[in-house]
Amino acid sequence: MSLLVVQILNGLQLGVLLFLIAAGLTLVFGVMNFINLAHGVQYMLGAYLAVMFYTLTGSSLLALVFALLAALAFGLFLEFVVFRHLYERDHLDQVIATFGIILFLNQAVKYVWGAAPLSLPIPELFSGSIVLLPGLTYPIWRLVIIASGLAVALLLYILVSRTRLGMLVRAGANNAPMVSALGVDIRRLFMIVFGFGTMLAGFAGIMIAPILSVEPGMGDTILILAFVVIVIGGIGSIRGAFIAALLIGLADTLGRSFSVDILRLVMAPSPARTVGPAIASMLIYLMMALVLYFRPTGLFPPKGR
Amino acid sequence: MTAPVLRLEGLNKNFGGLAVTRNLNFEVAAGELHAVIGPNGAGKTTLINQISGLVAPDSGRILFAGRDVTALSVPERAALGLARSFQITSILPGFSVIENVALAVQARVGSSFRFFGHAAAEAALNAPALAALDEVGLSKRADALAGQLSHGEKRALELAIALAMQPKLLLLDEPMAGAGRDESRRLIAVLSRLKGRFPILLVEHDMTAVFALADRISVLLYGQILTSGTPDAVRADPQVVAAYLGEEME
Amino acid sequence: MSRLPIAIFLGFALLPMAAAFGAETYLLDLFMRVMIFAIAALGLDLLVGFGALVSFGHAAFIGIGAYAVAILASHGINEAWISLPVALVAATAFAYLTGTICLRTRGVYFIMITLAFGQMAFFLASSLAPYGGDDGLTMHARSTLFGLSPFKHERLFYYIVLACLVGCYCLCRALVVSRFGRVFRGARENATRMATLGFDIYRYQLAAYAISGALGGLAGFLLANATDFVSPAYMSWQRSGELIIMIILGGLGTLHGAIIGTLVYSLLGEWLSGLTENWKMIFGPLLVLVVLLARSGLLGLAAQVAAWWRKQHAEPQA
Repeated sequence: MSLLVVQILNGLQLGVLLFLIAAGLTLVFGVMNFINLAHGVQYMLGAYLAVMFYTLTGSSLLALVFALLAALAFGLFLEFVVFRHLYERDHLDQVIATFGIILFLNQAVKYVWGAAPLSLPIPELFSGSIVLLPGLTYPIWRLVIIASGLAVALLLYILVSRTRLGMLVRAGANNAPMVSALGVDIRRLFMIVFGFGTMLAGFAGIMIAPILSVEPGMGDTILILAFVVIVIGGIGSIRGAFIAALLIGLADTLGRSFSVDILRLVMAPSPARTVGPAIASMLIYLMMALVLYFRPTGLFPPKGR
Repeated sequence: MTAPVLRLEGLNKNFGGLAVTRNLNFEVAAGELHAVIGPNGAGKTTLINQISGLVAPDSGRILFAGRDVTALSVPERAALGLARSFQITSILPGFSVIENVALAVQARVGSSFRFFGHAAAEAALNAPALAALDEVGLSKRADALAGQLSHGEKRALELAIALAMQPKLLLLDEPMAGAGRDESRRLIAVLSRLKGRFPILLVEHDMTAVFALADRISVLLYGQILTSGTPDAVRADPQVVAAYLGEEME
Repeated sequence: MSRLPIAIFLGFALLPMAAAFGAETYLLDLFMRVMIFAIAALGLDLLVGFGALVSFGHAAFIGIGAYAVAILASHGINEAWISLPVALVAATAFAYLTGTICLRTRGVYFIMITLAFGQMAFFLASSLAPYGGDDGLTMHARSTLFGLSPFKHERLFYYIVLACLVGCYCLCRALVVSRFGRVFRGARENATRMATLGFDIYRYQLAAYAISGALGGLAGFLLANATDFVSPAYMSWQRSGELIIMIILGGLGTLHGAIIGTLVYSLLGEWLSGLTENWKMIFGPLLVLVVLLARSGLLGLAAQVAAWWRKQHAEPQA
């Protein structure tokens, strides 16, 4: 029972992480029609920068702040130098160009920090575990991740639906040329949206760094998961990304933990141990296939596109 | 009396809160050229899109050649003999003029799941295609790239494509749109020749064309048919005059 | 066949003789792999270049074909007339099944979904513990053909691969100009118009997707025999990305462009990786530049140069 609760919490944590990455991805695609494969390296960069600043300052808090700012700066730099020339291009060009950026940055990170995985200690305040239920302890830091992810989700919701900036973002997502014709500096709007998305990804990387090993290419796998999230959620929909992210986080975690046990109900232990992990690894993609079969544009498709 | 080739029963379509087609009943008789006119925003293009299958009505039935086609897809309706032109010409710009038409023949004639053989060289497809191009006066441009045709020539090409389908009903969505005086005259001449061969539903703004070609005219206003009748009757109808009061008639 | 493809195939055919003067095994191996990936690239060009279906999961078909061979081999089944059909059927079936879902979507959704399905195949292979999992599976014997081992002789194997490449090229050429091909290409130009003519585009695209999967499966069969090894990395999304780059590099929608692109990409990679360990840092920006500047690939550039040359020599002296 307590294993189930732990895995549910783990699933929520993965889900929240996926949301942070997917939100930026779906925002950028929704507003600028730009598919950014290099979003995963932003996440990776956040983690590396956190390690670097922690080594320099010795303070987790300073590392967080500096890493976030540095990730933002680097993201804006990339936007200025490469990405803004791609907004008008077709998606194939964007895919190829951002793929090139991934190759470059994955190698650059290896060049600067070496190929060996790095680690970051959990901030002292949040290290250790707390007792949630009798017999059930859970790492505090993971709870912090869940809480901060939910907080960001709330912040995004308020920003997008209650502020003027959010209104511009929603309008831009619907009809960027029109918004521009109304006198809004669309370039600045795009930059703000992109910067925000970049920060979200960097933030995710910073938060996960103490738990995962920081290594080149760590952004790639999670990027594709984020794609699955936004495809299921509906490209351009933050609400869809939130729901889909939690769904996928839970399904993937619970699937991997309990697939063998569930299968043992219907087959012998030995084949269950082979088939179980195989099905667990395919589970979220099968989910994606199922959703897309009935809703080719996701659960919350963009309107008027 | 022969059954109508097209019958719309109680068609309804809403976009958001706007009722674009309202409880619409309409018929196209066999062999006639039936024009639909109406002010901008009356719902003419949505009507054509519902008939051809690009837009699904919220309720109502569409009967074509005796069959209920309301649930059928666009290709299925086309295979039954429903051809259409588009207000903004829709052709294959990267293909040659004759290939554009030959594809229409290919769709009608038989299996396209043939993986070998040079389709562009098949006489069985090219000959009817050339004949259709002849009808619209484009046979000299058969080998030109369709994307390089003039606006009027592209319109004519769309007509040839529709012809090659040997349609049971031809839907024309504002063929005169954007056409100059000469082009309009040529198009009217072509359409007069085609009249009678198969029923045509002509949605149009250009009144010269409408009164030159139509056997019957229906007036569409706010998603409903105001009245239907012969050109003279419609021209004299006080309701129609009132509806068009202040409207520019070309 | 026009002159350029013939020249390419002739070049491949003559290579072993030229290689006899130098590092024969290395060159034969390198160019054989180029040809194998070119077969897969042909299938991808069919989809991307002629159908505007940007499939980002193409490497999965190669991997599935390769794994079919290796898995059968691990159970003692080495006969090519069993493992080749199995490889082809497996890859085609995967293509067909995922295609039924992918092709319901358009544009960016399609790219992302093909990417995701490719990942699915990758993770499935990684989780197959009895067949090596993450580490991959070694093949202890290459495929046999009625008791003979043609794939053990480097030169014979090389020419078999060349024959497959030429065959696939001719197949794709025929496909493109056939009735089927015309409908498929028409769907790229104007899907709405094709529908109003009576063509159910979905069926044609699904067939093309399955065919391109089969070509990938063939490449996988040959690759497994060439490397005596299969691993999930064969299906990674980076591999899928590389395939797309290869066909753009050569020139989309030309078929022999796919072969040229594969050749140039592979040779460039070989050369750069010999220069520095960090060659991907050069390769990455290079790709970005290619995309931004030379969108129609090397063939497009060559055509532009040729046109400029002709203009220079046609104009009367000023």
